[in-house]
Amino acid sequence: MTEPIKAVALISGGLDSMLAAKVVMDQGVHVEGINFFTGFCVEGHTHAIRARKGSAPKRNNALWVAEQLGIKLHIIDVIEEYKKVLLSPKHGYGQHLNPCLDCKIFMVRKALAWGFMAEHGFDFIVTGEVIGQRPKSQRKATMPVIAKESGADDRLLRPLCAQNLPPTLPEREGWVDRDALFGFQGRNRKPQIELAQRLGFTEWAQPAGGCCFLTDAQYSRKLTDLWAAQGSKDYELDDIMLLKVGRHIRPAPHFKLIVSREEGENRYLEGYRKRFLNLRPISHLGPLCLVDGHPEPADLELAARVVARYSQGREAAAVTVAAEDPNGERRELTVPPLAPAELPSAWHV
Amino acid sequence: MSEPGPVETLDARGLLCPMPVIKAQDRIAGLRPGTVLEVWATDPGTLADVPAWCRVHGHEVLETAQADHEIRIRIKVN
Repeated sequence: MTEPIKAVALISGGLDSMLAAKVVMDQGVHVEGINFFTGFCVEGHTHAIRARKGSAPKRNNALWVAEQLGIKLHIIDVIEEYKKVLLSPKHGYGQHLNPCLDCKIFMVRKALAWGFMAEHGFDFIVTGEVIGQRPKSQRKATMPVIAKESGADDRLLRPLCAQNLPPTLPEREGWVDRDALFGFQGRNRKPQIELAQRLGFTEWAQPAGGCCFLTDAQYSRKLTDLWAAQGSKDYELDDIMLLKVGRHIRPAPHFKLIVSREEGENRYLEGYRKRFLNLRPISHLGPLCLVDGHPEPADLELAARVVARYSQGREAAAVTVAAEDPNGERRELTVPPLAPAELPSAWHV
Repeated sequence: MSEPGPVETLDARGLLCPMPVIKAQDRIAGLRPGTVLEVWATDPGTLADVPAWCRVHGHEVLETAQADHEIRIRIKVN
């Protein structure tokens, strides 16, 4: 019996990769999905952190897509390897700190390495790329760059825009019928939506602006601030996770306050209390605050006043705040809450 | 119903999704069919994501339980 032709499809959880995988599946190819967790994925983390009371639990869209397609999905942790992509992207950044072209090359290369391992035995890679869809990474000129620099070459098939590109190995070998692929291009989503309806999909995720925090202006600002404060472009997972949580207030270059905004964030920051100097109002209800950096003893009062300002005692004459260092040493400060005018907008990262 | 196989545990407490899913996936890759893996987690997203991952990979979720902020999911490896 002949082995079926096998393709590994990059599944982001969005519409295009879902359609690309489906189009190839419908040609009789065995497809499995692969999804990479860089640490900057919008999926999951923030949903979990900021879960509000009564809100429906958020799904992982990549897993949801895999279920709709009836395919396996392999989720790969690439946090460490991704640092190189973000910290020194060969092709530079997009509008913010998004290294989209390097990111796509990296992911195709990883998919190739994973899929072509002897025990996996895949024949080609599928992505949902569309020429002209994204200004940085999905352009006519970048398509061959991704194929070449990832090492996938003509084993990389983009079913949604294949007819605008030279035939790839799966097309030449007859593993897939080029005539049954598509020639989509541009930012117009109509052809994808029509195809989705034709294929029987009634629901799909709409990750406006993408599924990556690095395309977010505010997040990129916080990451730039982190690098400036630590004097080097580097990060650990906890650093980038904490950038997703709370208000970030930097009164001085040597310390920053991370103040939770709601119960979910409070609970999340609790997990870091043993690693940071932390403050919490005790005379009134209020947020947990982590102090990142190297605050001087004199900075503690200002930090307590900021915490008081975000507590339910913001209108009170004084609020008592407990400060605890990572060794468990605790002290209490009774301070007047900072008035809004005393909190310059420039402190907000 | 067949007797459950040996029980393994995975402590994914304090991790946010998708990390508990990734840890479960990597652990299950090395387990024999019939083994039961009990995943401990704290992220509520685990309650949706781990069973979804099990469904697409053909593993069986025997039980999910949540008490306070602790979640336990028992998976039979197929």
